[in-house]
Amino acid sequence: MSKSPEPVLVVASATGWALAYLLLLLGLAATPLGPVFAAEPGKGFGIGRPATAEEVRAWDIDVRPDGKGLPEGSGTAAEGEAIFAEKCASCHGDFAEGLDRWTALAGGVGTLKSDNPVRTIGSYWPYLSTAYDYIYRAMPFGNAQTLKPNEVYALTAYILLMNDIIADDRFLLSNENFTSVRLPNESNFIEDNRPDTATINEGEPCMNDCRAQVEVTMRARVLGVTPDDDNKGGRKRAIE
Amino acid sequence: MSRNKKPSIEADSSGSRRAFLRSSIAAGGALVAGSSIARAQSDTAITQVQDWARRLGKGVDATAYGQPSPYEKDVVRRHVEWLTPSVQTSVNFTPLHELDGIITPNGLCFERHHAGVAEVEPDKYRLMINGLVDKSLVFTLDDLKRFPRRNQINFLECAANTGMEWRGVQLNGCQFTHGMVHNVMYTGVPLSVLFEEAGLKTSARWVMAEGADASAMNRSLPMAKAIDDCMIAFKMNGEALRPEQGYPARLVVPGWEGSMWVKWIRRLEIGDEPWHSREETSKYTDLLTTGKSRRFTWEMDCKSVITSPSPQAPVNHKRGQTVITGLAWSGRGTIARVDVSLDGGRNWVAARIDGPSLNKSLHRFYYDFDWNGEAMLLQSRAVDSTGYIQPTKAELRQVRGTNSVYHNNSIQTWYLKKSGEVENVEIS
Repeated sequence: MSKSPEPVLVVASATGWALAYLLLLLGLAATPLGPVFAAEPGKGFGIGRPATAEEVRAWDIDVRPDGKGLPEGSGTAAEGEAIFAEKCASCHGDFAEGLDRWTALAGGVGTLKSDNPVRTIGSYWPYLSTAYDYIYRAMPFGNAQTLKPNEVYALTAYILLMNDIIADDRFLLSNENFTSVRLPNESNFIEDNRPDTATINEGEPCMNDCRAQVEVTMRARVLGVTPDDDNKGGRKRAIE
Repeated sequence: MSRNKKPSIEADSSGSRRAFLRSSIAAGGALVAGSSIARAQSDTAITQVQDWARRLGKGVDATAYGQPSPYEKDVVRRHVEWLTPSVQTSVNFTPLHELDGIITPNGLCFERHHAGVAEVEPDKYRLMINGLVDKSLVFTLDDLKRFPRRNQINFLECAANTGMEWRGVQLNGCQFTHGMVHNVMYTGVPLSVLFEEAGLKTSARWVMAEGADASAMNRSLPMAKAIDDCMIAFKMNGEALRPEQGYPARLVVPGWEGSMWVKWIRRLEIGDEPWHSREETSKYTDLLTTGKSRRFTWEMDCKSVITSPSPQAPVNHKRGQTVITGLAWSGRGTIARVDVSLDGGRNWVAARIDGPSLNKSLHRFYYDFDWNGEAMLLQSRAVDSTGYIQPTKAELRQVRGTNSVYHNNSIQTWYLKKSGEVENVEIS
């Protein structure tokens, strides 16, 4: 399995793709789970029905970093502030700073190398499209997929303002200028380079006299943060 | 814990039945070891006719859907209240310390939701495939059940399993430190079959899976993985998915982090680029000490843990023959071997793997030994079929720091005390 997020199946042409795919369907490619079932190639089983354009529009709500999926619309940070106060601030705070254990959406710049990193849209997220995508699909919490595009643009602009990524609350964010806004931490994401610890290629695991005398340095019971630390987590045979 | 209260042999020295009964009651009803009986009184569990041996029991259908014995009422999922801001965005934990074998019972599979449990009506269930396909399609649940099916047993581990332990020991129980994993036989339809039905465009490289819940949970999945071993499952351990596990259908992504296994799945979009959804950028990325973050860390590294003895499953006999048991798994294949240490990793002995050794599935191991009654530091260390060796906490912190949250697969240490109690500890 390649770890690259880039194309993982390299095929030169439609024919190449079809061939590789066909091999897989016929079970000729190595799979750990045995043969995969196939209908007659290119025909399928004739199960299911075509989706209507309206159905696809209703569910195809995703937005990508390149702007694919953004609906037409626009909103200013000032407009977003009013919507945020009404629909978001009770969890995220008036200034998107987070309340109690609810997520902070702003702040945290410069904390990622510290012992207490604060991961916000401004300090951590690589792409602004993720905010648009998530706000529409999952927010407001408990009333999801109800915001209008103009509201989502306005809220996104307000979050940019609270993160000092834009400076003017009259800034109008729209599907036209959306991809021109870049988040500061984008370049700090790297690909998966595990395994990053030893394998047997570096030697068989040690079996005897592997280390010096061992001492206990920290105990969970002292902390007392485990639910029902004294009783219910353990087993009681009696029926109460 | 009542389990620790052992009947005292000395208390029976009077030899009277009354004294014996008193000691049994003092023991909190725990079973009395046979060896002590021989020197004291005969066992009333044998000499007296028990209610269940005298009277008729319940008839068939007393419980139309069978339930565990009431004596097993403490074998339940548990959550940690302070971990998350709401129960709808929370997680609970599989009681690993009470289970054996490799299969997790459906009702004990840990839960993790992002907007609570979606109660999807099966008659209104739809799965859509759209994007870079020849034809966008909609399937009903009945449609899905007309395709050829596949069965596979796979573990599902949350990427954040053991995540609370990065900076040091915190939670005193295997259920809490390692309980975000379960192992189930899934029945469903391979994605490759569904994609053949829709016809993939030549530019198809990525799949976005999306749930029908109120978070519309979405994750990007590379096409090679999707058509390798992923499927839409509608059965778990033979019966319909439980609501909290995605009823009526979920995505199965063998060996990869649990958040990709989208529950209540409603849509598969085919694309040429990943989506970088919230759950693969803001969350489920691994912050390193350099300030850089790994993304798309899908595979679950090889890991093991001793499930018993453990803090919630102390040793209830003083010394003598003792079973150490635990689980091992790898997102990259099967488990080649598991070693156990009784002295905090100074010396190791090979454990015995018993039961099926399946690809990307939990493996059950045992180490049977004669406990000398002294304090011990118990560890397990797994090696998978790729040769990956489960690292120590120190080795993992060396390369990751302590801010990663996810993918903590380090070696766990349990401190077995002379009393038989067990505690989660850090060692030097």
